[in-house]
Amino acid sequence: MPLFRGQHLSKGYGGSAVVDDLSLHIDAGECLGMIGPNGAGKTTTIRMCLGLVAPDAGHIQAFGLPIPQQAQEAKKRIGVVTQFDSLDPDFSCAENLRVYGRYFGLPKATIDERVPRLLEFAALQAKAKAKPGELSGGMKRRLSLARALINDPDLLLLDEPTTGLDPQARHLMWERLHQLLQQGKAILLTTHFMDEAERLCDRLLVLDHGRQIAEGTPRGLIANLLESDVVEVYGEGAYAVADQHRHLAQRVEHSGETVFFYLREPQPLLQALAAHPGLRTLHRPANLEDLFLKLTGRQIRDDA
Amino acid sequence: MLIPLYAAPRVSLRFWPVLLRNWLVWRKLAVPSIIGNIAEPLITLVAFGYGLGSLVGQVQGLPYIEYLASGSVTVSAALAATFEALYSAYSRMQVQRTWDSIMNAPVALDDIVFAEMLWAALKALFSVSAIIVVIFLLGISRQPTMLLALPVLGFVGITFASIALVFNALAQGYDFFTYYFTLVLTPMTFLSGVYFPIEQMPGWLQRVAHALPLTAAVELVRPLVLGRWPAQVLQPLAVLATYAACGYFIALVLTRRRFFR
Repeated sequence: MPLFRGQHLSKGYGGSAVVDDLSLHIDAGECLGMIGPNGAGKTTTIRMCLGLVAPDAGHIQAFGLPIPQQAQEAKKRIGVVTQFDSLDPDFSCAENLRVYGRYFGLPKATIDERVPRLLEFAALQAKAKAKPGELSGGMKRRLSLARALINDPDLLLLDEPTTGLDPQARHLMWERLHQLLQQGKAILLTTHFMDEAERLCDRLLVLDHGRQIAEGTPRGLIANLLESDVVEVYGEGAYAVADQHRHLAQRVEHSGETVFFYLREPQPLLQALAAHPGLRTLHRPANLEDLFLKLTGRQIRDDA
Repeated sequence: MLIPLYAAPRVSLRFWPVLLRNWLVWRKLAVPSIIGNIAEPLITLVAFGYGLGSLVGQVQGLPYIEYLASGSVTVSAALAATFEALYSAYSRMQVQRTWDSIMNAPVALDDIVFAEMLWAALKALFSVSAIIVVIFLLGISRQPTMLLALPVLGFVGITFASIALVFNALAQGYDFFTYYFTLVLTPMTFLSGVYFPIEQMPGWLQRVAHALPLTAAVELVRPLVLGRWPAQVLQPLAVLATYAACGYFIALVLTRRRFFR
């Protein structure tokens, strides 16, 4: 019995489908990643999971409770970090946590015991009395995460928790999310960062136009759906050279001034490219970003 | 279905932490807030009450300062509740996303709307309490029945908060509220017997005035502040209750539509 299960979920607004026959499940202690371009339906799916949007079709269960009918009961065991910070600007960090704990009906003693621990977890002990306006972007996101943990949830719903953060702040966030997974919490994570998905998620769901277009472990998806190697070629004349050596790769893509060769046997192409010293080449293993671009295309989305 | 749009209000005890949140924020800003709440009506009372009052003399057998003070304390209750349920509630609902974060916890939208309505009424009550003290200190009235005016003023707060929440639910920005103030509230204060008796107006306008919640509020509050018993109790109370109930229900339906459509 999974911790959370959504079956054949659909939701449309004004005739266009935002989520289309999507099924997902999360087991205890598991990190499920939802990746997809802007407008793929990730945020709507999270809102459905919380009972804040009623699906037009399909069924949702969290901890065996039907959603949205018993969403209030289920939400006692869920923690949420939304895409946009919604911290209370008039309260200090510690007060933000305390006030939020009361919404769960937690007794004062429980809140008093948890707040200092969560501030420490968020590396914000020194900022306990500071207001969110005085915090950096990374600190705000960590405070949002700490706030989502005030009810000691079994399941965390994280909507782009690291968007807009610098690399240091992002790494600290990843480290904290790892700790939470080790404690046995389950996480549903949406992200635009493929390295984040690869690093944290046990399983991935690739969404586009509200539909699931692939599912599997990060490594498994890459192995099953992609060639093992990528050779990127850029510089003057890259397109002409690409045409010349097209037959050496399984797949070739162009983006801006760069040509991407997707292949299983890189040596013949690398040798051929050695004859073009004016071009810059980069040989690397295929990664999740390649997969993402293969599945969802390279075009910029309207709302991106 | 999450909650049918037209379902009766479903309020649980979860409204309490939301009310408490607003109180805790207000407590941090209480001093400037109270000073602002007292200063404005005090200036009006001194300028118009004593200044204009010396020209006007008596109105309906009352010194003008008494007539004005008892009317404007009623307006203050209506305005304080309205401000809170428009600008402040909108900030929390739309700008700060406070409502969104609260709904990620096990608190329903119905609880939040109830808490906001009650909070706006409470804030109105804080405001008018301060003004009642000023009226007492200035010696405009020192009648014990002034204390009875307070619960009535709290109810006026509930009524005007409920009406204001309708406009909050419809707003796409702060500018929208200007219409409500200039086209609805300001004319209402002039029609409701606050500054001059309704009987000064043409008959058809008097009939309009008698249907307004502020007129009903003034009919109840003025005598209580000045140490008399209102000529009518049930009829004006019924007017206030009708506006409160209809306003609150419409506000709730529109807010549900705003969030769950």
